[in-house]
Amino acid sequence: MIATVFMLAVQAILVLLLAPLLTGIVRTAKARLLRRRGPSVFQPYRDIFRLLRKETVVAHNASWLFVAAPTFVFAATWVAATLVPTFTFDVGLGAAADLIAIVGLLASARFGLALAGLDTGTSFGGIGASREMMIATIAEPAMLMLIFSLALVAGTTRLPDIAFFVQSPVLGLRISLLLAFVGFAMIAVAENGRIPVDNPATHLELTMVHEAMLLEYSGRHLALMELAHAMKLLLYVSLIAVVFVPWGVAPARGSLMQFTTAFLMYGGKLYIGAIVLALFEVTIAKMRVFRVPQFIGVALMLGLLAALLRLVSGGL
Amino acid sequence: MSVTGVLLCVAALLGISVAAAPNSRKPWANFATYGACALVCAAALSFAVAALIGSDTSTLILPLGLPWLGMHFRVDPLAAAFLAVVNFGGVAASVFALGYGRHESAPQRVLPFIPAFLAGMNLVVVADDAFAFLLSWEFMSLTSWALVVSHDRSAETLRAGLVYIVMASLGTLALLFAFGILAGPDGQYAFSSMRAHGLGADATMAVLFLALLGAGSKAGIFPLHAWLPLAHPAAPSQVSALMSGVMTKVAVYAFIRIVFDLLGPIDWRLGMVVIGVGTVTALYGVLYALMQHDLKRLLAYHTVENIGIIFVGLGLALAFRANGFVAAAALAATAALFHVFNHSAFKSLLFFGAGAVQNATGERDMDRLGGLIHAMPRTAMAFLIGAAAISALPPLNGFASEWLIFQAAFLSPAFPQWGLRLLAPASAAILALSAALAAACFVKAFGVTFLGRARSDAAKLACEADKISLAAMFGLAGACIFAGIVPGYFTNLLAPAAQFLTTARIPAQPLAAPWTSLLPVAASHNSYSGFVIAACLIVATALASLAMHLFANRATRRSAAWDCGYPDTSPLTQYTAGSFAQPIRRVFATMAFRARETVEMPVPGDAAPAQFRVRLWDPAWELLYAPVAAAVNFLADRINVFQFLTIRRYLGMVFFALVFLLTVLALWT
Repeated sequence: MIATVFMLAVQAILVLLLAPLLTGIVRTAKARLLRRRGPSVFQPYRDIFRLLRKETVVAHNASWLFVAAPTFVFAATWVAATLVPTFTFDVGLGAAADLIAIVGLLASARFGLALAGLDTGTSFGGIGASREMMIATIAEPAMLMLIFSLALVAGTTRLPDIAFFVQSPVLGLRISLLLAFVGFAMIAVAENGRIPVDNPATHLELTMVHEAMLLEYSGRHLALMELAHAMKLLLYVSLIAVVFVPWGVAPARGSLMQFTTAFLMYGGKLYIGAIVLALFEVTIAKMRVFRVPQFIGVALMLGLLAALLRLVSGGL
Repeated sequence: MSVTGVLLCVAALLGISVAAAPNSRKPWANFATYGACALVCAAALSFAVAALIGSDTSTLILPLGLPWLGMHFRVDPLAAAFLAVVNFGGVAASVFALGYGRHESAPQRVLPFIPAFLAGMNLVVVADDAFAFLLSWEFMSLTSWALVVSHDRSAETLRAGLVYIVMASLGTLALLFAFGILAGPDGQYAFSSMRAHGLGADATMAVLFLALLGAGSKAGIFPLHAWLPLAHPAAPSQVSALMSGVMTKVAVYAFIRIVFDLLGPIDWRLGMVVIGVGTVTALYGVLYALMQHDLKRLLAYHTVENIGIIFVGLGLALAFRANGFVAAAALAATAALFHVFNHSAFKSLLFFGAGAVQNATGERDMDRLGGLIHAMPRTAMAFLIGAAAISALPPLNGFASEWLIFQAAFLSPAFPQWGLRLLAPASAAILALSAALAAACFVKAFGVTFLGRARSDAAKLACEADKISLAAMFGLAGACIFAGIVPGYFTNLLAPAAQFLTTARIPAQPLAAPWTSLLPVAASHNSYSGFVIAACLIVATALASLAMHLFANRATRRSAAWDCGYPDTSPLTQYTAGSFAQPIRRVFATMAFRARETVEMPVPGDAAPAQFRVRLWDPAWELLYAPVAAAVNFLADRINVFQFLTIRRYLGMVFFALVFLLTVLALWT
């Protein structure tokens, strides 16, 4: 019991502390690739602390939902991020939630975010909420299809068990996993509002999705929303890392040495993930909103293909 | 024991109905009728739950009806599970109506029919022979039809009533044929003798399709659903809740009773048919719902979606059972039954919320509402919980049952048949799609109705619902949360019913420690614990609030909305139901409904307003109903000639008919 709570607390604090750093690394790497100096990788921390010190402004006709939403979105994203194994398979409460439940928690957070966007009754909030839900309607079935293909390979939807299976030597070469990897990466890009689906660095009215929902937020509310957004990115990078490159992840009740190497490996994976994301973002242009369904539709097809391949041939 | 109790409750409900008819205009009639209904339904609920816990079967034969048959009644675990759902919904609707009914324009019109309707639904579930079943089924249909048309006299309501009565009669006809085939040549109308003798493959298939037609049209499967979004919203809200949340479940019961219990072994291909029908229903239901801007119609279309989800669960159970995988079949059946309960809870809640909104504003059109969260904060809270539950969001109950259905679909690699192996994951993906679309739809429904700024004076002047109505809503919201947090309690309770259907049960969930997880099948390691998720969410929320309280600047200022620097003062610039759904309409409805958007710009210099139109094409109506209606009209026109003949010709026709029949008889024997 105490060990469970301890591991849970370690995970929770770890994702909370690392999330802004990951966002910072992506931003800096993007700036460098564009031959700008860019801010320090610690800039997101400074931003959050600055927001926390500032006064919070709430629109006149905002309701309790607008005020409560940041806390809820933050809490749901935090719990979901805590449930994804980072440097050890022992996440404390692995039995409480499988991959579907984690996706469900993110859907809950999105539900709160979209409602908050509609609450002030401005047209930008509406545009963001409506587009976010449209993207989600395709991203969620795609995600489930990908989870299904993983479940077919590993025989379970529990994340630590999937990772443990991928790590084990029985695996061999699996094309279905490769397809699922590409699919997961595309979903991660879409769900985190990165280029080409959404541009996190813009306040250009016609293209924004996520930022449009946050437009009315300020001060501590905005800090929570930004932190939740950063944690979501960390969640997806950790998810891809633990499912597709689970090597070096420490087993439950491992030695201190194992934990240390696992922690360093995890840091390395996050760094590589951030650099790859930055590379991807600077080499591609933002899409029109109505081309986004086609982009995510590819992820859905990859999931279907991975599942089919696995069904047709047990070995692939 | 329990069957006697339930029948006494039915008798009491019928008594209330008879007593209410002459007294319905008295000032106390509303209170007395709904109060008595709530008490009687609560009694029936306790009998049902007791029967479910004891998993006992009790039968009773009353000397009514056909003289050589009598009327058979039986409460077995399956019937008990559905009795529990029916009476749970009955209690909730009666309590809600205690407060809500007072504000209606003409409450006395529906008063006598509600207890009769409740009695009819209970009777369908306890009936144990075809005669009693069909009689109570028709009684239920007619009382609900009366509830729809007695409410008001608008042309729309009358049209809804007409479509409903035609579809209900068609459904009963299909069930009549189904029971006819089941009874065999000897006319064995008792369910016990139907169970005893098996049917051939062709007859089995015929009964399954007739059951899909008969029970499915009442439940609202695509494309037989067309009456449902017309009739359910036309009735007063407590009746809408009963029809959508409860009567559709009685139809699901009829399907389960015929297909799982009376039919005996079924080919896996028929399981595939049921999965396919459920999948299409779920997807089309939610897509229709997204296109609506009438709050109650939107909810009615969501009933179609959820019925689809239930049918997918049932189809999986049939397919697993046909292959002998009883543990997986039990999982799918439990998931479907759990979703039956969950849907009745959140759909009743949402209809109550819609009723409260309609009461406060006189509007059902979301595009004329908005900002109600300020005037009706409690109703908004309850509606929000229902909206999150129906959108399958953890830790609420909708997620728990959909999670179980996904787990059942994930067992599909075990199927030896290729068709099922491919169909089950595809249908799981479409269920995920419909869950995501449902979330979008309820962001729209809640956001446009309750959030933002008021779009009309009616919405501006709204006031909170009364305390009794709120109590009913919060009771159901509590049920949604409770069933989501400790789903193990409900799956344990439903296990006898699933066992009755599939001869197996899902692993008993340890109740002593409800935080331990929900396990779908013993062999897999998958688990989900709503309790732990909810606890984690509460802890995380508390920590975040505490941290904000301690470390953040607590100064808060109210100001005008920023809106990128150009806030528009007119509330008409907000997103409406139509504009919110526009991206989704472009992506999905262009194919599903042939959605076409046209913009008409006036020529320069012309002061006429520009117009934007969306045209949708309803495939069910255009491909199925319209041709049938046209054919009926055509025939009626032709037959109309016979109305104006002379007496000589009529007599001649009688003579020729007689000759014809005698010739047939002579040739036949």
